[in-house]
Amino acid sequence: MAETPPPPDDRVVLSARGLTKHFPVRKGLRRKAVRAVESVDLTLRRGSVVALVGESGSGKSTVARLLAMLHPATAGEVRLRGEPVSARFGRRFRAYCRQVQMIFQDPFASLNPVHTVRYILTRSLRIHHAGLSTPELTARLAGLLEQVHLTPPERYLDKFPHELSGGQRQRVSIARALGAGPSVLLADEPVSMLDVSIRLGVLNLLRELTTELDLAVLYITHDIASARYFADTTVVMYAGEIVESGDSEAVTQDPAHPYTRLLIASAPDPDRPGGDREIPARGEPPSLITPPPGCRFHPRCPQAMERCRTQAPPALPGPGGRAVACWLYDTEAPE
Amino acid sequence: MNQPVLEISGLSVDYGYHDDAVHALRDVSLSLGRGEVLGLAGESGCGKSTLAYAATRLLPPPGLITGGEVLFHSRTGETLDLLRLPDDELRAARWDEIAIVFQGAMNSLNPVRRVGRQLTDVMAAHRPGVPMSVHKGRARELLGLVGIPADRMPAYPHQLSGGQRQRVMIAMALALDPQVVIMDEPTTALDVVTQRQIVERLIALRAELGFSVVFITHDVSLLIEMADRIAVMYAGRIVEDAPAAEIYAEPRHPYTRGLLGSFPPLRGPRRALSGIPGAPPDLASLPPGCAFAPRCPHAFARCEGERPELSGGRRLSACFLPADGPVAAVQGVAPVE
Ligand SMILES: Nc1ncnc2c1ncn2[C@@H]1O[C@H](COP(=O)(O)OP(=O)(O)O)[C@@H](O)[C@H]1O
Ligand SMILES: Nc1ncnc2c1ncn2[C@@H]1O[C@H](COP(=O)(O)OP(=O)(O)O)[C@@H](O)[C@H]1O
Ligand SMILES: [Mg+2]
Ligand SMILES: [Mg+2]
Repeated sequence: MAETPPPPDDRVVLSARGLTKHFPVRKGLRRKAVRAVESVDLTLRRGSVVALVGESGSGKSTVARLLAMLHPATAGEVRLRGEPVSARFGRRFRAYCRQVQMIFQDPFASLNPVHTVRYILTRSLRIHHAGLSTPELTARLAGLLEQVHLTPPERYLDKFPHELSGGQRQRVSIARALGAGPSVLLADEPVSMLDVSIRLGVLNLLRELTTELDLAVLYITHDIASARYFADTTVVMYAGEIVESGDSEAVTQDPAHPYTRLLIASAPDPDRPGGDREIPARGEPPSLITPPPGCRFHPRCPQAMERCRTQAPPALPGPGGRAVACWLYDTEAPE
Repeated sequence: MNQPVLEISGLSVDYGYHDDAVHALRDVSLSLGRGEVLGLAGESGCGKSTLAYAATRLLPPPGLITGGEVLFHSRTGETLDLLRLPDDELRAARWDEIAIVFQGAMNSLNPVRRVGRQLTDVMAAHRPGVPMSVHKGRARELLGLVGIPADRMPAYPHQLSGGQRQRVMIAMALALDPQVVIMDEPTTALDVVTQRQIVERLIALRAELGFSVVFITHDVSLLIEMADRIAVMYAGRIVEDAPAAEIYAEPRHPYTRGLLGSFPPLRGPRRALSGIPGAPPDLASLPPGCAFAPRCPHAFARCEGERPELSGGRRLSACFLPADGPVAAVQGVAPVE
């Protein structure tokens, strides 16, 4: 197991470099591509939550699916503990799938309605830990349910998904993911479909598991306020690209990229009633089949400059150790 | 409050019959002031859509209005009893006086008809004598009002974004210059940036055209910002009804308090929040007392056996706790200045 040299940052579990996904589509007779994810870099560390925030269609789910190896990448590289993951088959790949577990938005759709909680969790345990004895299995089942606060476990084991509330179902999906003994959780909008009053309960549970099990968590959301609440690091995506990333508090309290500012200014904010606020941009996200040249945000950006129309900005160092993909932060820019 | 334009009193709705009946709406009273934006908040399944449908008599089977009254007061001083109006008069009133934007309405545009035509269709149906050229001009104007360039008139729904389709629905609701617009989760399926644009446009139009709005959403944080007054529903009843700023600064009902605490703030200090323990109740088998008691951190013996009525003066709340009692004390938020 110890064949690889230790990576420079030993808390890094999963990292992606230049991750790109173009979906081929046909438009009339011509072949085109939806450029859904473009050269994304992402690092997940143990015991830490990274939020991936963006509007619908910005490519968040595609990033998660690429990281979970559910899609082949068009380009780029994913490393688990420094080791590149390439093939989508074989023993190494199966180990990867055990380590990197996904939680989906819709717990109705992701749990098979004809199976009991016992069956669903047993299956997850058996797939990932062959040769468990029956007493071990029973103990593990109870342990999983306790971990997600479905107690006493006996009350839930023989229930079918439809007999549970939305929040309980999502807890079962989390337990199923934990059954694999993962080190990474990819949670794609895990609370968006739940009743408002129980969302925070599920996020608090995920936070607790992150700390207790030293997990690396990717939290995908369109709700930037929940990213501030739950995530250590916030990464903002726009039209398939990362526009800003850094400490959640810094990103939300002092957004640097013009798009992040738009997102923050648009979010409901009870402390600023009246509706007469300055919204820093208009318009809608672009087509990903023919994205704008240069910075993909430039057609909507109130601060767009000439070079923004032709040159895509790289991730530049922004205030407070943040990375901002915006020419406004180019210190070497000719005036 | 100024003269109300819509008065709902004692409205009750069941889905189904006898023992299996789901009591989706129970004794709901609510009034909408002229020019007011009234927010209707509550989690999914609490009866918000049922209220919108019942008040306009559009309840689909097996929904049944089992009691109550809905009065509409027109600008000319005429009063319509909506639940007892003959069908044809009700149909006429529906777009003319009260327009509704249904939940998910943007997906109910006819996919094979140009959006401009769909706007003029509505107008032609209600104003048959008026020449088509006038309707077309009005359709252009309406699209402009909601922020869609008039050259999108010939577009088919699939050629528009979700946000644009929702704007078309709002334009359609405003087509006959109604006095009341009921909007059921009009922005729930949209991104925050689009939501913000639509809400701003709606508030500006309200000031310009002088209609009243019932804005239904589960997102109480949005309502705090945009509504004049908020009614909070839980399990088919209104549990609190008060000016938006006061609901935010000093919620009286523990459910309102819990709901507000379910939205992490974007600004201010970061602190641990818990949402509300438990889950909303099954409407087919409600407890005898307060429906919120099983989840309420302040519940005491009386709450289990007896149901608190919605009461108070300008601020209404359905809770046995004293208005300045534990709820106000526990949260420690600053009172309104
Ligand atoms: N299998 C697919 N084939 C073609 N296009 C896709 C596919 N999956 C996603 N897309 C497109 O990729 C873009 C990003 O989608 P997605 O990752 O689901 O965004 P998000 O999760 O941020 O809403 C969208 O334009 C979407 O239509
Ligand atoms: N057609 C129907 N048949 C039976 N029950 C229904 C029907 N429509 C709604 N309900 C029930 O009525 C309650 C209120 O629903 P609804 O008014 O849609 O709530 P909301 O709009 O607040 O989400 C829910 O518990 C729902 O299950
Ligand atoms: Mg998605
Ligand atoms: Mg509804």
